Amino acid sequence: MIRIENLTKRYRSRTVLRDLSLDIAQGESVALWGPNGAGKTTVVRCILGLVAYDGTVEVNGLDARRRGKAVRSLIGYVPQELSFYADMAVIDVLDYSAELRRLPRERVDEVLEIIDLEDHAHKKVRELSGGLKQRLGIAAALLPDPPILLLDEPTSSLDAASRDKAVRLIEELRHDGRTLIVTSHHLEEVGMLVDRVVALEDGAMIAECSPLELAERLGLRAWLHVITAPGSADEAVRVLTAHGFDAHLNSHGVLVEVPAQSKGDAMAVLLAAGLTIEDIEVWR
Amino acid sequence: MIEVRLPEERPQLLSITTVARQQLRATLRGRWFWMWTAAFVGLAVLLVVVALPNIDTARSAAFGRTSASLVTLVQVIVPLMGLTLGALAIAAPRESGALQFLLSHPVNRTEVFAGTFLGLAAGLGVSIAGGFGIAGLLTAPRGVASQAAVLLWIALLAWLLAMAMLSVGMAISTFAHTSGSALGMAVFSWLVFVFLGDLGVMATWVATRLPVGLLFAAAVVNPVEAFRLASLTAFSGSLDMLGPAGTFAIDSLGAALTPALAASLGAWVVVPLAVAWWRFGERSDV
Repeated sequence: MIRIENLTKRYRSRTVLRDLSLDIAQGESVALWGPNGAGKTTVVRCILGLVAYDGTVEVNGLDARRRGKAVRSLIGYVPQELSFYADMAVIDVLDYSAELRRLPRERVDEVLEIIDLEDHAHKKVRELSGGLKQRLGIAAALLPDPPILLLDEPTSSLDAASRDKAVRLIEELRHDGRTLIVTSHHLEEVGMLVDRVVALEDGAMIAECSPLELAERLGLRAWLHVITAPGSADEAVRVLTAHGFDAHLNSHGVLVEVPAQSKGDAMAVLLAAGLTIEDIEVWR
Repeated sequence: MIEVRLPEERPQLLSITTVARQQLRATLRGRWFWMWTAAFVGLAVLLVVVALPNIDTARSAAFGRTSASLVTLVQVIVPLMGLTLGALAIAAPRESGALQFLLSHPVNRTEVFAGTFLGLAAGLGVSIAGGFGIAGLLTAPRGVASQAAVLLWIALLAWLLAMAMLSVGMAISTFAHTSGSALGMAVFSWLVFVFLGDLGVMATWVATRLPVGLLFAAAVVNPVEAFRLASLTAFSGSLDMLGPAGTFAIDSLGAALTPALAASLGAWVVVPLAVAWWRFGERSDV
């Protein structure tokens, strides 16, 4: 469905994508994962045919550079947060998007219902919460019922509750048989949403694997902040250190470094030593 | 899934008008637009009210005064309107992400660019029509309805000047990195066109005793001056009030003077717009 071959993108002397090659099959869900500046958004822009590049990007056999409009008619794009049409009502944003795609007006009402935005249809975009703005972005992308959805950091500006709702919504879309491409720097989110992860660093692909394998292959680490029962923090540090973890006291508990893919191991060690865990927080 | 009909790659009129209508709606909602329109309409009304009390005794003189004042008002406000609206046209949506969202639809850059320009040009037309329309309504019942054609012609010239400044503003917008720097460049350009250009020509003439033909050419190259000369020709029939340069213009160009001035304004619409369109298509970022 999407074929990327030797994709290279330079902004003057700076190279932001280096010789990236990637095939995405119809119905597959793929994450472009990496830190800020890794080149994820640039890949999205190249797929949409919005920027000049070297190499080949084909969508459904169409060259994104020469058949940009045709390619974009097959793709629903969800920006990080649809907050730029602040003075427009939700329904006006969707009407405009539908008009640009030459879709019938009734399709807007259908999508408002599907995305559960009917009650907010006449609100101005600036009045929406982060979660609702995200739903508006997804609604606009779904208007043409596209075979491909391209989501750029879809949950990065959301709080935990809104993020959970957005992830569930995207999961539903994934099971509709669409091809899904998600850019993200959240490992957990990637695990829930996609079959395959393409890890990027400094514009180059450094790994291509399943979400479960990613943390292990890249040796990703996380910090857990663990609150144990009062008076047992010293004992928790001693037990964790004895089991090979890097742990030390923090003002309100114990800070322990763990492999990102197996955070539970440190907890199991503490529970086996008879310690009570009152709270856990993941710090990156 | 909805069956997708692949769109034509070449620019489509329907896409351009869709973007233009949206741009017009956004312009009419904009803070800058209303600020300039309120200033323009308010001052136009004030000028008419000040110029009209003597209209019964010296009808044509009062109309001439009103028109001259309106021309001066247009010379100052309309370039600022065009330049600032143009400067924000591309730079602001690029900064906010709206441009990327718009371009993620099955539209191409030419459609977005043309639609944006037409929407803004229509918005400026609304503003100028408001100013001149109210001025016309106030003068018509007091016996100068016969001069309506002249007022309409000056309004058209003002719109042409607005589009020229819009083109320059859009060219600035496509080169600028941020909307802040685009606005800064627009204000600087306004100073150059409205004040420094005029003063520069005068100072050069005083210092070098430039031949009168060159002096006239230097004035016509500035779109604001071209508008002023064309407007003065329209309501006074001559450029004698401009001294030797005016006499030279009438003597050398005769009936071709007004078309030449309009052509100068037209060139200021087309050339910067072509540069802006090229730059918008060529920029490798969104």
